[in-house]
Amino acid sequence: MYEVRIHSRGGQGGVTAAKLLALAAFRDGKHATACPFYGAERRGAPVVSFVRIDDKPIKVYSQIHEPDLVIVLDASIMDVVDVLDGLKEEGTVLLNCAHPVDGCRGTCYHVDLTGIALAQNLVVAGSPILNTPVLGALAKIGVITLPSALQAIREMFDDERNVKAAEAAYKELKV
Amino acid sequence: MLTIATGNRAVAEAVKAAKPAVIAAYPITPQTEIVEQIAEYVTSGDLESHYIPVESEHSAMAACIGASVGGVRTFTATSSHGLLYMHEMIHWAAGGRLPIVMANVNRALGPGWNTWAEHTDAFSQRDTGWLQVYVGTVQEAYDATLMAFRIAEDERVLLPVMVNLDGFSLSHITQSLETEEIGDFLPPYHLPHAIDTEKPRGYGPMTGPDNYYRFRWDIERSMRDAREVITEVEREFADRFGRSYGPTEEYRCEDADVVVIALGTFGKEAEVAVDRLRDEGIRAGSMRLRWFRPFPHLDLSGREVVVIDRDYSFGFGGVVANSIRAKTGIEPYSVIAGLGGQEVTYNDIADFVRGRRPGEETWFGVNNHV
Repeated sequence: MYEVRIHSRGGQGGVTAAKLLALAAFRDGKHATACPFYGAERRGAPVVSFVRIDDKPIKVYSQIHEPDLVIVLDASIMDVVDVLDGLKEEGTVLLNCAHPVDGCRGTCYHVDLTGIALAQNLVVAGSPILNTPVLGALAKIGVITLPSALQAIREMFDDERNVKAAEAAYKELKV
Repeated sequence: MLTIATGNRAVAEAVKAAKPAVIAAYPITPQTEIVEQIAEYVTSGDLESHYIPVESEHSAMAACIGASVGGVRTFTATSSHGLLYMHEMIHWAAGGRLPIVMANVNRALGPGWNTWAEHTDAFSQRDTGWLQVYVGTVQEAYDATLMAFRIAEDERVLLPVMVNLDGFSLSHITQSLETEEIGDFLPPYHLPHAIDTEKPRGYGPMTGPDNYYRFRWDIERSMRDAREVITEVEREFADRFGRSYGPTEEYRCEDADVVVIALGTFGKEAEVAVDRLRDEGIRAGSMRLRWFRPFPHLDLSGREVVVIDRDYSFGFGGVVANSIRAKTGIEPYSVIAGLGGQEVTYNDIADFVRGRRPGEETWFGVNNHV
């Protein structure tokens, strides 16, 4: 079972990112679950969502304590949350950031999802949309396939800018 | 059609397929998505139904009672404090022999204010005459809601059914969902005692000491008959749609020395714990209790039993553990865990089994349980 923990701030779309990732994995023919952890959070507060992907049905409902992959949609969270907590030794980190960040471990990827979203004018209520471009980056890492990523985006959003943003993230992802 | 959906969405999809003529509901976390989604279906025309946005849960159930006795299929959904606010009407729905279906997203009760999963809300309605089923997956939320209408409306039952799903851990989780063209699985609603203006009669009139108990016995007789009806409906559902259910879901129980009993998502997570324990040489099994009312006949003879209660009856004990004790004579190891959404993993459940002390009770996180 492949376990993903997504860190974001309330309102940044982390919950939808988890659903999109689960849907893309599902379209790849895998079993997948997405479970947001709802705290007493409000807009701007640090939040986590979980995605599990497996070849067989998933029976686990509890939180993910030892993720294979950690996604950080807002790097400023790293000052207040230990996003690497429990990350497996050979784990992977994906940061929404234009440049590498100190203190990362495992295989660290970064991509400027915010810049990509702004370039596509993907902005809702003043916030750039991060959850559709991140799927492109996840496809590049190999968590899901690119066709399934784009299909999942099209199933949930009727706006091709989301697809273009995902394709841009796929191209711009860096180790 | 195969897609992915949350537990809440699955309930709404099932309601769309069941086509109730009246839906009366009031939103409450973590149930809100159900009634929002149904409202969207009604607005878009995907579901032709009267949607009554009432001002309280008491009124939601009252409206369902009125519509149901008026002769149409009805549905509502609630959670926690909303469920308790309907309490008086919940008794009335069962006493009136009205096959109302309600989804209850299990949530703890305040204070302290808590929106996470717990079963105490539904157990507080245990003695009202409603059938209660607890589901463990998104697919089961859909399937159980569809079957609930069929079971409730069977003339041998004519009692309301409450479909319970864990708050957030199931209501908000996304899993795969197969929706069905249900065809004639749900026949047209027919209530033998529906209001007929050509034949006026009283509903719920004064019923004196000479007769009241007869109505109570009639509810119990139907509860007993409901076991067979449930089996029939679940069997037909399996024949039509390929997914089979029973009063319990058993996993690796055949040769088990120790059986974990839990409801809802803990009952699924327990299966992972069982696999771990088996790897260690402990012959464990899992029995997820699906139907709580009517309470199923359980054969646990010769086994040790570990019961996880996501509830508590203060001054008494875990509701499920003591139900098992009363019905089977077995002294279970009673674990109180998961209250108000307390995190419980399959590793914790495996620990409960490894450290079991039959006949004793432990509160996870409070007692040193192993």
